[in-house]
Amino acid sequence: MGKKAAAAGPFHYIWNFLSSVKLTVAVLLTLAAASVFGTLIPQMGNPAQYVAKYGEVFYRFFLLLNLFDMYHSGWFRFLIVLLTANIVVCSIDRLSSLWKVVFIKTPRFKHAQFQKIPKKVNFEKTYPLGRVQEMYGAYHAKAFRYSRIESSVKGVYLFAEKGRWTRLGVYIVHLSVVLLLTGGLIGSLFGFEGFVNIGEGDTVDHIRLRSSNETKPLAFAIRCDDFNVSFYDTGAPKEYRSTLTILQNGKAVLTRDIIVNSPLRYRGINIFQASYGRLPTNSVKLSFTDRDSGMVYHEKGVIGKAIALPENRGTLMIDRFNQAANFKGHVIGEAFEATLTLNGKPPHNLLLPLRFPSFDKMRKGALTISVAGFDQRYYTGLQVTRDPGVLVVYAGFILMIAGCFITFFLSHERVCVELAPHGNNTRVTVVGSSNKNKFGMQRKLEHLGDKLSQLKL
Amino acid sequence: MTSSSILSVVTFVYGLAAFFYLSGWVFHKPLAGRMGTWVSFIGLAGNVAGIALRWAESYRMGIGHAPLSNLYESLVFFACMLTICCLVVEMRSGSRITSAFIAPLAFLAMAYASLSPNISDRIQPLIPALKSNWLIAHVITCFIGYAAFGVAFGLSIMYLFKQGQGDTDAGGLTARLPSRSVLDELAHRMVMFGFLFLTSGIITGAVWANSAWGRYWGWDPKETWSLITWFIYATLLHARMMRGWHGKRIAVLSIVGFMAVMFTYFGVNLLPGLHSYGAAG
Repeated sequence: MGKKAAAAGPFHYIWNFLSSVKLTVAVLLTLAAASVFGTLIPQMGNPAQYVAKYGEVFYRFFLLLNLFDMYHSGWFRFLIVLLTANIVVCSIDRLSSLWKVVFIKTPRFKHAQFQKIPKKVNFEKTYPLGRVQEMYGAYHAKAFRYSRIESSVKGVYLFAEKGRWTRLGVYIVHLSVVLLLTGGLIGSLFGFEGFVNIGEGDTVDHIRLRSSNETKPLAFAIRCDDFNVSFYDTGAPKEYRSTLTILQNGKAVLTRDIIVNSPLRYRGINIFQASYGRLPTNSVKLSFTDRDSGMVYHEKGVIGKAIALPENRGTLMIDRFNQAANFKGHVIGEAFEATLTLNGKPPHNLLLPLRFPSFDKMRKGALTISVAGFDQRYYTGLQVTRDPGVLVVYAGFILMIAGCFITFFLSHERVCVELAPHGNNTRVTVVGSSNKNKFGMQRKLEHLGDKLSQLKL
Repeated sequence: MTSSSILSVVTFVYGLAAFFYLSGWVFHKPLAGRMGTWVSFIGLAGNVAGIALRWAESYRMGIGHAPLSNLYESLVFFACMLTICCLVVEMRSGSRITSAFIAPLAFLAMAYASLSPNISDRIQPLIPALKSNWLIAHVITCFIGYAAFGVAFGLSIMYLFKQGQGDTDAGGLTARLPSRSVLDELAHRMVMFGFLFLTSGIITGAVWANSAWGRYWGWDPKETWSLITWFIYATLLHARMMRGWHGKRIAVLSIVGFMAVMFTYFGVNLLPGLHSYGAAG
């Protein structure tokens, strides 16, 4: 490339631009710098909080640059596309010339090239040339992928090489990056990411999408048979477990427990344990204790309905269930909120916390009201996803690790062993080169020299 | 003796090794350098024993898991990997002076784990998100990568140090450092090694995330910072292999890369995200 392209048209100009390593370095560093901003500025947050944090002017400026949803912004995607184009063009550009070198039938060896290498291993063998040639030829055939013997002015050259294919390693890495991005694209076009909360005993057949907040129907229904959360003695959570049943046309086809790290996969759709909570309950068992007589009455209450107080003292209306109730600034946990209307008195708001049954004693009323029990139900929070690109991405993962290994640790090694007669003996000169890791090659040559000098008939 | 007390002792053994290496270099005493190697081996044995004992202790407590689940345990493992890399480079380069720049890193990691009041050395049970076989693969690959980058960082500092003094300084401290070409080559090899493991670490993390959270990539700050680190080292490798960068510019990139590694490891805990179990506490 390069010189001939400069004279040609715009296509060559663009091709030249896209095949430059300077572009690679620039895009990689720009992506790195942009990602730093993405981690410093909270993503997909609430506009009011942004304004409070950065002020009106910066808020508008950041909004203009899409910095609040940066990873999905046009310019960030443009950078990724540019990087992909760069990788593809670079690879095609270099592969077209490399291909012929890698898939050559008879590799070319030029003795003059080896002669230039300053470091050589020399020794003398106490066998005539013919025997040494036979012995080393057999050794080369075993230890190398390709070997050949050529006669020289003074004696013979034994050429051998291996690892020619490892020159392709870096293109395997490049291919893997393209696969990762393709897999990501497939996922974003044909996949979805949603969530759904299902109460114990309930069945749903639709989920809510995370990106758009729209509901999406499923081709089957999910029933939550049971949810359990267990804790360690320290109070840290130990396990979240949901028992789920998949229903197809109303018929149960599969029942399984899922926990974090062990999702359920059904017809290309993955169901993950993501969160849990308590469902607001409808009915509650209340107890009323008469302060003077000590009599205890039990009544069943239902949210939204007024019940008559014992001894005809008035009415009690259960308004709602509060998961995290507050009393004078203190969190007192789960509680029912109710309105008490005693005969001839104005309505009075009550809190009936689950954890503190004697809480209502503070009111110093004639009747102390507390929660004796209620039907508690959990709901399980499920992450529901479909990503047809995952297999492509995983293939990319495998290729990337393999490609990095080949690129960094394997090389194309070429050696030339020169044999020259010296009386009844043979003089041996071992020399070689590799396309990378020169220090390592030197060590390998010394090792090869040791091996060859110790070979016996 | 508990694992925590063994590991506290290892901190001081590593400190002693670093001291020997540094005095071997500064005062030109080969004996001190040799002492550094022996003390490092003793420290490493203690470090490995401490990790093994901690693993056994967790099973005795009935909450058995690999000791790779919080900041304390990761620092201990990091120090172990750094010491192994340090000794390997020492053998390969045939010079103990490289260790004078690497052994202190292992000491600092251990000292931070053992002495910081913010880091608890208690064995805690695994929370549900961490209960996965990917935990071991993910943490081990990441920290081998971090350690290799740490060694490359030490070598790059040496390179800049040597270059700053010039080659004419015949009798001085820098004259005893390995030649610039050897430092450059060693650092490059460590970066390649680290890059392979960082890549594997990100990939095992992605596969794990896909089985725990249902997505292999979510731009969580830790994920993003590991990618930033990956971009920086990818730049270094391309600049060197394709544009023939050598020496100072590569050394600077390697130092910047290790800063990104450190931020991925510690700094990200200051940002909100899903990897909070790696935080102090």
